[in-house]
Amino acid sequence: MNLTLKVWRQDGPAAAGRFVMYDATDISPDMSFLEMLDAVNEQLISEGQLPIEFDHDCREGICGTCSLMIDGIPHGPQLSTATCQLHMRKFADGDTITIEPWRAAGFPIVRDLVVDRSAFDRIIEAGGFISVATGSAPDANLMPVPQAAAEAAMDAAACIGCGACVAACPNGAAQLFTAAKVSHLNLLPQGQPERLMRTVNMVDTMEEYFGSCTNIGECTTACPKDISLDFIALMNRDYVRGKVKQRRLTGQRA
Amino acid sequence: MTTTAEAPAKKRSLPWFLEFYNSNVGRKWVMAISGIVGLGFVFFHMFGNLHLYEEPARFDEYAEGLRDFGEPIFSRTLILWIARFGLLAAFAVHVHAGFTLWWKNRKAKPVGYERQQFVEATFASRYMLITGVIVLAFIVYHLAHLTWGLEFLNPSFTRGEARENLIEGLESPITAGWYVVANLALGLHILHGAWSLFQSLGVTHPRFNRWRRNFAVGLTAVIVAGNVSFPIAISTGLVGS
Ligand code: FES
Repeated sequence: MNLTLKVWRQDGPAAAGRFVMYDATDISPDMSFLEMLDAVNEQLISEGQLPIEFDHDCREGICGTCSLMIDGIPHGPQLSTATCQLHMRKFADGDTITIEPWRAAGFPIVRDLVVDRSAFDRIIEAGGFISVATGSAPDANLMPVPQAAAEAAMDAAACIGCGACVAACPNGAAQLFTAAKVSHLNLLPQGQPERLMRTVNMVDTMEEYFGSCTNIGECTTACPKDISLDFIALMNRDYVRGKVKQRRLTGQRA
Repeated sequence: MTTTAEAPAKKRSLPWFLEFYNSNVGRKWVMAISGIVGLGFVFFHMFGNLHLYEEPARFDEYAEGLRDFGEPIFSRTLILWIARFGLLAAFAVHVHAGFTLWWKNRKAKPVGYERQQFVEATFASRYMLITGVIVLAFIVYHLAHLTWGLEFLNPSFTRGEARENLIEGLESPITAGWYVVANLALGLHILHGAWSLFQSLGVTHPRFNRWRRNFAVGLTAVIVAGNVSFPIAISTGLVGS
């Protein structure tokens, strides 16, 4: 199949960017979206041009490195799928595909389609530690975990940190990512001792970089792992509780 | 749950509540609470106005009843004024939080996309600021029109004649039309807000979450149907003096 690509090119963080049109010819419908870009880049290199920069790593939908706004939807038109798992058979011969980088103040553009997502690392760092006994491996099932809690925590832990939620959000908010990261610990017994402190610290760090949630819900549709909006409500609840409780505890220490 | 390992006491420069309000999540919490106050008001305002459909004297009795509310324990209009100041405070906070969050969010998303397709976001959820501004403008107008009875808006206004004022004020189809439009904007605002507040307050439960949407839709339908019926009934002459 033959396609036309409308791609955002930007030479550096401070440079002014522009859209450039490319022809993608002889594309197999069995190629992944990233393989299609590889083919275009091969062509560009052979013509002596700079290839299109884009992020990718595992190419199997688990690392969260791939990050493209494809035709106005993060990770493209096939929902619940990361860009690397999107195949060209989802497009029709002759299509024009618009490819843009994630857009948010918290995700500055490095080059072309690559953005700097290290703000997410700052949020994770702010989460700190969990208190567990170390030493020899504990016996299996020594710590009882309710089945429902285990399942919900696993749902939250499915987040691959790609940033599609921020990309989709008109407010540039990172609530869904942070909520997932907060929740997969807060739902489990191991996460309880630092639960409220962790929530407050992660939310406060998030707000240094990102906008605020207006409960529009676009993030959860864009999410390749279908993280639920419910986690945001859980995070909000723990944040308010954390603020109240910290005050009471510090009051008791005086 | 153990609570031994909470955050160490931070040096606070602001009173606790202001610090809480300074966070976006805290500010949204305040928006939700003040929104609930507004929802309560809007619902009972609509409900009270249904007296318009009873015999004429009932409406003025109701209007008078709002002033005497709490008598004889409280002096006349005391409760009314307490409610007014409470509403004003909730309203001011809601507007302040809304505008400041909107401004922060604009800065968090300085550059938009060449092309963005919204899949999940509803019209109501995306245009809360616009519907909010329309409602804000309408409230100021509505107070000037039927509470203060400003001369240039409502020349025939007579203090105390609530029913007459309402009917004469809404006779003109243009005024009635503006009331309808403003109430549709209010409806969109409530449609998203009455759901969104549960999220902001952290009220979530698998068995109950379905009802959060239903609650918002139902409340919107009831409030809009009631409020829109008044200007239509009056301007078409179904209810007259
Ligand atoms: S490249 Fe790892 S998730 Fe797409």
